[in-house]
Amino acid sequence: MKFPVPHDVKAKTIPGTEGWERMYPYQYQFVTDDPVRNQYEKEMFWFYDGLHYPEPLYPFDTIWDEAWYLALSQYNNRIFMVPPVRGVDHRIINGYVYISPVPVKDPEEIGSRVPHFMERAGHYYKNWDDLEAKWKVKMEATIRELEKLEIPRLADMEDLSVVTGALGESKGYHLLKNYDDLINLGIKCWQYHFEFLNLGYAAYVFFLDFVQKLFPSIPAQRVTQMISGIDVIMYQPDEELKKLAHLAVELHVDEIVNSSPEWTSVEAALKNSPRGTQWLTSLNLSREPWFNVSTGTGWFHHDRSWNDAMNIPLTGIQTYIQKIRKGESIERPMEQVRAERDRITAEYRCLIEKDEDRKQFDELLGCAKTVFPYVENHLFYVEHWFHSVFWNKMREVAAVMKEHGVIADVEDVWLMRRDEIKQALWDIVTAWATGVAPRGTQTWPKEVEWRKGVMAKFKEWNAPPAIGTAPEVIQEPFTIVLWGVTNKSLADWAAVQEVKDPDSITELKGFAGSPGVIEGRARVCRTVGEVGQLQQGEILVAPTTSPSWAPAFAKIGACVTDVGGVMSHAAIVCREYGMPAVVGTGHATKIIKTGMLLRVDGSTGAITIAR
Amino acid sequence: MGSTSTLQPRTPAPARIPGQPLVCWLEECSKDSVPLVGGKCSSLGELINAGVRVPPGFALTTQGFRSFLSVGGLDREIAHLTHDIDVDDMDALERASAHVRSVIESQPFTTELEDTVAECYRKLSVRCGVPAVPVAVRSSATAEDLPDASFAGQQDTYLWIRGVDGVLDRMRRCMSSLYTARAIAYRKQRGYGDEQVAISVGIQKMANAYTAGVMFTIHPANGDRSVIVIDSNFGFGESVVSGEVTPDHFVVNKVTLDIIDRTISRKEVCCTVDPKTQQSQTIEVPHERQTVQSLIDDEITELAWMGKQIEMHYGRPMDIEWAVDKNLPSGGNIFILQARPETVWSSRPRPAAAARSGSAMDYILTSMLAGKKVS
Repeated sequence: MKFPVPHDVKAKTIPGTEGWERMYPYQYQFVTDDPVRNQYEKEMFWFYDGLHYPEPLYPFDTIWDEAWYLALSQYNNRIFMVPPVRGVDHRIINGYVYISPVPVKDPEEIGSRVPHFMERAGHYYKNWDDLEAKWKVKMEATIRELEKLEIPRLADMEDLSVVTGALGESKGYHLLKNYDDLINLGIKCWQYHFEFLNLGYAAYVFFLDFVQKLFPSIPAQRVTQMISGIDVIMYQPDEELKKLAHLAVELHVDEIVNSSPEWTSVEAALKNSPRGTQWLTSLNLSREPWFNVSTGTGWFHHDRSWNDAMNIPLTGIQTYIQKIRKGESIERPMEQVRAERDRITAEYRCLIEKDEDRKQFDELLGCAKTVFPYVENHLFYVEHWFHSVFWNKMREVAAVMKEHGVIADVEDVWLMRRDEIKQALWDIVTAWATGVAPRGTQTWPKEVEWRKGVMAKFKEWNAPPAIGTAPEVIQEPFTIVLWGVTNKSLADWAAVQEVKDPDSITELKGFAGSPGVIEGRARVCRTVGEVGQLQQGEILVAPTTSPSWAPAFAKIGACVTDVGGVMSHAAIVCREYGMPAVVGTGHATKIIKTGMLLRVDGSTGAITIAR
Repeated sequence: MGSTSTLQPRTPAPARIPGQPLVCWLEECSKDSVPLVGGKCSSLGELINAGVRVPPGFALTTQGFRSFLSVGGLDREIAHLTHDIDVDDMDALERASAHVRSVIESQPFTTELEDTVAECYRKLSVRCGVPAVPVAVRSSATAEDLPDASFAGQQDTYLWIRGVDGVLDRMRRCMSSLYTARAIAYRKQRGYGDEQVAISVGIQKMANAYTAGVMFTIHPANGDRSVIVIDSNFGFGESVVSGEVTPDHFVVNKVTLDIIDRTISRKEVCCTVDPKTQQSQTIEVPHERQTVQSLIDDEITELAWMGKQIEMHYGRPMDIEWAVDKNLPSGGNIFILQARPETVWSSRPRPAAAARSGSAMDYILTSMLAGKKVS
């Protein structure tokens, strides 16, 4: 498998973007002026993290990349001392993030890490449930702290209470401090994010690995099925929509709820009746915290929450109301899911020949079931709830910057790095204190406009799936499960790269995410905002999906994604609904066009395009 | 060797054991019938009684075989012809074998035996609703399917035989297959008298196979017990069994019965019956059909389900031959032609995959240290 040299890729700067490097932290650059680092970069294998970043990264949004760069790596390498793996290194080319797992190569060093790993990871596995309960307390406290955080406006004259209360601090200082607090809360939240995640994935990955040793041909989806049907809060937002749909029908306000795609007019109409008001009260109870679910992955400033974009949950509720009226069930078939899970688990267990293997199977399955809820639930706390609140706090910061003329629009703030924002705030508060104009009013608007042009060009660029030197085997377990990177997927990606004319492709391969075969028309949805166009029975083709896409699954016949492994959202949900899914295809949204006739085989991972 | 109880060296077999039939129907046989009807026929009987769809048929028993040999001193003649043979003299062995076989093949059946076989064949035709029903005539040795069973002789199979005379003729040839040069030599070397081995012949309705092939209830390449592997080609299964073609290949999940892998090969030839001559023959598959999947998905699932039932009945991985009859409607057209225990993986000791202590933590560590190879 041949992949381009990172530095060659980077060297082909898109005309008009020269100097783009200043939009990102300096350590993210592939370098040519440092021979040692340059050599290291050439020898490593870098793959494009399309799972998290389907689009180029805005300078501010780099915050979460930095946050997990630190957190994942520190837990692997400095806290749990995972013997053969250090952290995951990061680079950026044209706004796209490339990552590379760093192995420990010296066998002696690996050996010396073993006892520490056993002690440290062992402590977490042994006390998982207790520690997870503590984690929830810490996490909720962090979110509450974030919600309470004030972003002060700068008044021409400070309030009298500053004097009478002998406060000794100005709003200018509070603005600087609270911005720092905001950023620090975000970084802290990501510290917690990885407290359990590496170990959770390890437990899951090695259960998968063990079962595949016993049954070399077992599809990974069948292993994940053995840990399905466990209640996780990640599904709760969707459950709330179903509850509200049922309630609307019971209260006979379903006509009103379905009267318009615009939330504002639906809300106004509901307020006119006592039953409508009663329904709105229930809705408001659901909104906190469940409507903090993001309409995207939560990783980007443009991923608005349901609370920010009420038309989206409204569409979901309307879909469910229509199903209820037709007499169709909208409940997740949990009893069937659990019965089938237990049946297949028991059958596989029966096929194990040796007693010691059966014992090991039980142990690892138990461990995987223990870690599973965290592996799913952390998403709601961090990427959804915390992030949704965080983005809006940042918009408050941006409003202050706009007020002082440093940026023209609130949404311009995302084109600045977080440290640049800190500098601009210093510029603003010192100018405010002094009674002069901030220097940034002349420099930032121009720079922001230029950066917007760069971002537009970055979006047109086709990020190669992998660069650098591919190893013989991919060994880093998280890479395999989370990013779906294996020899096979890379070979498939490389094969697609070699095809000059994407319009001639009739076969695509991905991971068999959920079994079954179906034929149908494709509907390519790049964002959750587009799922309203889905027709009953169509095949959803998406970059990736997240929980806010859940209502879409009530309509579709199958799902195809660019990125994701068998543990990805699309695969899990499709297995529960019993519909085929092929995930991690690499390029499906680029090759498949809406309206194409597809045959999706979720048992083998093959997609056929009828041309 | 597994069946020493049925083969006591140097104990002459009585010419005819009272009460034992010359022929019997397959459904009257079970896995305990090996001494009477050989491995192949007893296994078919076992399958029928387990509720598996098997084409009907009957067997000339080892008793019938001995009765055939005892007429006119044929058995003594054979003993004489092979008595002083030098097993290292290939030419002499071949001459003796040819002589014995021609004697057997030209020996007429007794009226009693011929009438019995003819009556069974007539009843079989009536049962199938086909005049002069096409049958497969196969030798069924008392010690075949055992690890060192080659002394049983050549495993002869004659396909698509119609009419009593044809059947009787192929039955003689099957019986004579007990006397190939190699089989005679093998028995001499092991000290078995020719009179101590017997052969049965199965006469079974021939499925007019649209598609046929083999099925393993274990992955023959990696020993995975959670899958069923099916190889198929158009026509009779012989083209698959003999390796004449690269068949279509399907891997089915045994637990959930979904197809997890498929390879559609170019199948250039197949084995089928010539409608004019009523002879089985190998023909070229029409070009446009060569890359067509030879077994439809629903059939694959049904077949795999049958394989799973057969494995459950025997309690071990099985090697199965099957056919899809083109004259019958779906849902009742898949037939099992043979099932025997899989021997390669079942006899291979395999190390446990578990970590030493069996704890999850130990396994996670051990696996991390070993690294994870992914394909």
